[in-house]
Amino acid sequence: MKNKQAFKGLAALAGGLAVSALMAGTALAQPAVIYDLGGKFDKSFNESSFEGATMWAEETGEAFLELEIQNDAQREQAIRRFASQGANPVVMAGFSWGTALGTVAAEFPETNFVIIDGVVDLPNVQSILFDEHTGSFLVGVLAAMTSESNVIGFVGGMDIPLIHKFYCGYAQGAKAVNADITVIESYTGTTPAAWNDPVTAGELARAASDAGADVVFAAAGGSGMGVLQMMADLGKYSIGVDANQNYMHPGSVLTSMLKRVDVAVYNSFMNAGDADTFTPGITVIGLSEEGVGYALDEHNEALLTDEMIEAAEDYKARIIAGEVEVHDYTTDSTCPV
Amino acid sequence: MDLNFLISMLDATLRLSTPLLLACLAGLYSERAGVFDIGLEGKMLMAAFAAAATAAVTGSAWAGLFVGMSVSVLTALLQGAAAISLKGNQLIAGVAINMLAAGLTTFLGQQWFRQGGRTPPVSGDARFSSIQLPFAAELRNVPVVGEIYSVIISGHSILVYVAFLMVPLTAWILFRTRFGLRLRAVGENPKAVDTAGISVRRLRYQAVLITGLLCGMAGAYFSIAQGAGFGNNMTAGKGFIALAALIFAKWRPVAAMFTCLLFGFLDALQIRLQSTPLPVLSDVPVQLIQALPYILTVVLLAGFIGKAVGPKAGGVPYTKER
Repeated sequence: MKNKQAFKGLAALAGGLAVSALMAGTALAQPAVIYDLGGKFDKSFNESSFEGATMWAEETGEAFLELEIQNDAQREQAIRRFASQGANPVVMAGFSWGTALGTVAAEFPETNFVIIDGVVDLPNVQSILFDEHTGSFLVGVLAAMTSESNVIGFVGGMDIPLIHKFYCGYAQGAKAVNADITVIESYTGTTPAAWNDPVTAGELARAASDAGADVVFAAAGGSGMGVLQMMADLGKYSIGVDANQNYMHPGSVLTSMLKRVDVAVYNSFMNAGDADTFTPGITVIGLSEEGVGYALDEHNEALLTDEMIEAAEDYKARIIAGEVEVHDYTTDSTCPV
Repeated sequence: MDLNFLISMLDATLRLSTPLLLACLAGLYSERAGVFDIGLEGKMLMAAFAAAATAAVTGSAWAGLFVGMSVSVLTALLQGAAAISLKGNQLIAGVAINMLAAGLTTFLGQQWFRQGGRTPPVSGDARFSSIQLPFAAELRNVPVVGEIYSVIISGHSILVYVAFLMVPLTAWILFRTRFGLRLRAVGENPKAVDTAGISVRRLRYQAVLITGLLCGMAGAYFSIAQGAGFGNNMTAGKGFIALAALIFAKWRPVAAMFTCLLFGFLDALQIRLQSTPLPVLSDVPVQLIQALPYILTVVLLAGFIGKAVGPKAGGVPYTKER
């Protein structure tokens, strides 16, 4: 008798599982976004992911799941938790997610995953990359047209190929409008501490300024604040990165090289949950998708003349049309300029 | 290499060596009293955060400095309680402080300001601006001497001058006062000090307190003088370079100043080399120059440039009777 009851209970449980599995497979699955270290409100990368997700929620009236991880060890656990809950798609932003996602995505072949800024080669993973070099090209054009000293600077964060990609695009853009311009290239450091060292980054900006630079582009994560601050202190110009940082020092931040992580998250939430619209493999978003670009708002409209905006828009159109080729540093680890 | 380049580099050297010097002198007091301190980094980080948070909220750099130094002193006392009263392992107490500082500052920053652990940027009166020394503007056009005075020496924040004034003061306290004599004795032979009827614990706590004050100044310098606002882990290992400088200087104040100036100069050099090519030097990878302070310290410890022997009783908690 007891056995029979137990059997019944098991059957009911199995039935329940089947129903919930069915539900997970249909439109009821909630999308999830996991933020990288740095946190949801970092005024940059992660906050941008959050904004994209919020935009989706406001438009569809549905809710999404989210999680902020506190350390590297939580990566696998976080992805696995959402996948086993039946969240679909699971979206994460940051190149550091690669290894953890590679492991977990293989365990959950029915769940769709999206990684931004990294590549995981599995049939249920979409890898979204940005054309940082073309966006940097445009801010390079603006920097060169602003510069009166004929010298501009670049302060990178950690010395890695992705940041060289920013530099290389920037230098190409600057040389395209002024072949004689000098571009000073510097990096904050060679360890991850270089993303959070505003003091050294500020000194690098000052060194570039002492060497004549009057515009400095900071592609250095949290260290970039030091560059923006230093250039504002010196009464010169800086260029922000990732999110729109124009508001930080109005009148000194010339523009920001936007990387629209929010657009990537929004699109993933819209499309990646459904097998019909999910596109596994590598997706590159660039100028034509408005994935990268330069920021123009009330804080910098006085700094950018019509002539400069015209030039930037002209280059943008020509890059999209394929008339101007911007070299991508990460393809062969060299920069032509 | 023209004169302007040299002058701007020496100017940067002073700015970059100031936090090292403050932290190095901080470590000197503590270690001379027999308490090893690898928690300099953590105390600076705590102070940097407290100073920036206070300055951002109150709009006063002085309030920031005061709170930063207070927080650093409290942290130092916590470390002291573990290492002196409870006779814990001094190195582990220091490591714990570093970990606590890294986690706590980011956590509180995120809870209070919701900016990923950063504080809002500080500006105006919330930040120590550079002060022009008298006659700096008038002397600017005098060749060499005037330029050195007006560009290199003048135009730093007040903390830079305080840091360099601390050098003769420390030397005087350490070698010319009764307190200094006892402090050194307690680091070499605490038993003798105890026999003379002087409290070892009290002296060590006093030393740790001064360490806290100086670390607090160094931390505040990071976030509200040199920088403008706190960022996660913004001290970026400077506490460890200061420790290396302390060993390199063989625990002596004036030597500590020159070592910190040398390390600051190397930092300024690698920063400048990235933007200005120089003959010969530009062929050297900047990473090598960045690593030089550590390499020099290791070479010193290996016994190639003299010998660095720390205070004899360093690292050993004092037990009155077994």
